[in-house]
Amino acid sequence: MIAGLALVVGIVAGLWLRPTVPTWLEPYLPIAVVAALDAVFGGIRSRLDGIFDAKVFVVSFISNVLVAALIVFLGDKLGVGGQLSTAVVVVLGIRIFGNAAAIRRHLFRA
Amino acid sequence: MSDPETDTADVDTPDLDPPGAVAPHGKHEAAGAAAPHGRWLTGRHASAAVIGVLTLLLGFAIAVQVRANSSSDTLSGLREDDLIGLLDNQNDRADRLRVQIAQLQDTLRRLQDSGDRSAAARQQAAQEAQALGVLLGTVPARGPGVVVEVTDPARKLTGEDLLDVVEELRGAGAEAIQFGGLRVSTSTSFQGSGGSVTVDGTTVTAPYRVVAIGEARTLNTALNIPGGVGATVRTAGGELTVTERPSVTITVTRPLSTPKYAKPGH
Repeated sequence: MIAGLALVVGIVAGLWLRPTVPTWLEPYLPIAVVAALDAVFGGIRSRLDGIFDAKVFVVSFISNVLVAALIVFLGDKLGVGGQLSTAVVVVLGIRIFGNAAAIRRHLFRA
Repeated sequence: MSDPETDTADVDTPDLDPPGAVAPHGKHEAAGAAAPHGRWLTGRHASAAVIGVLTLLLGFAIAVQVRANSSSDTLSGLREDDLIGLLDNQNDRADRLRVQIAQLQDTLRRLQDSGDRSAAARQQAAQEAQALGVLLGTVPARGPGVVVEVTDPARKLTGEDLLDVVEELRGAGAEAIQFGGLRVSTSTSFQGSGGSVTVDGTTVTAPYRVVAIGEARTLNTALNIPGGVGATVRTAGGELTVTERPSVTITVTRPLSTPKYAKPGH
């Protein structure tokens, strides 16, 4: 409930403040967003499973973002930034789909 | 269908790891809220606040990223390789355009040159036409010169004598000559004798008035040279007076005859 509200408030603030993305953050922000989305979907699923833990959620959220950023950073240093970004997005996308399927089963029993 | 889903559940271990451990430790949300462990995030409000902050950041990041991605500058989202390719393309294009500019400027310069040349040629031709017009008598003329009055009370002067006057003026460098009411040119003829003189077929009568443009002093000297025209006129009983003027005007013109047989030959 609070999380959903905060998400909406964050989106509104982002649209309203119109901040410019710093150059050093530019390659990491999209991947970080996808990683955070993965953590959020995981959190929703565990909540529905009745095993939600705030600490696990927070740690997984932060570590997901950091690891995703690290992978992109390493990829850029190694010269395979584009491919590695794609790989991260694919993996996170699969996880998000898996979690979404579990959520769907909880909500719709199907 | 159920297999891949359990699979992804396994992949999800960071989030789903605790299920085994959660219940015994009492850390799952319902029970964990009350547990006074003194460890971080055990309080319901604290965890809710942290989760709220994180999701708020996520929403903020999503909005920022969406806005940055959809904003006017599409290049900022591209990777280095693509940017280098684009830059190369633009450089090639700039080079081609620069070559084109140089060619067009060259053409422009050539056209301007030829325009200048033709303008200069036109101006020169106009000047030449003016000069020739003055010499041939097709245009009016003005300048320093002399006015000559020839009287012939005895009506003895022949056309030849009057031609001598003109010849003398010509010889002294007169550039334009008016004889009576006629403009003297290369084809002007003097005929007759004894006071009945025709110039170009027109009868003229004494006193004769001749206007000539040239250096006045030289013309004066030439006409009054001893044994010259002046002497001839005086012998015939007439009088020849020359008046030097700083400026005389000849307004009479004659039409230019078109050559019938002679063609320009180079």
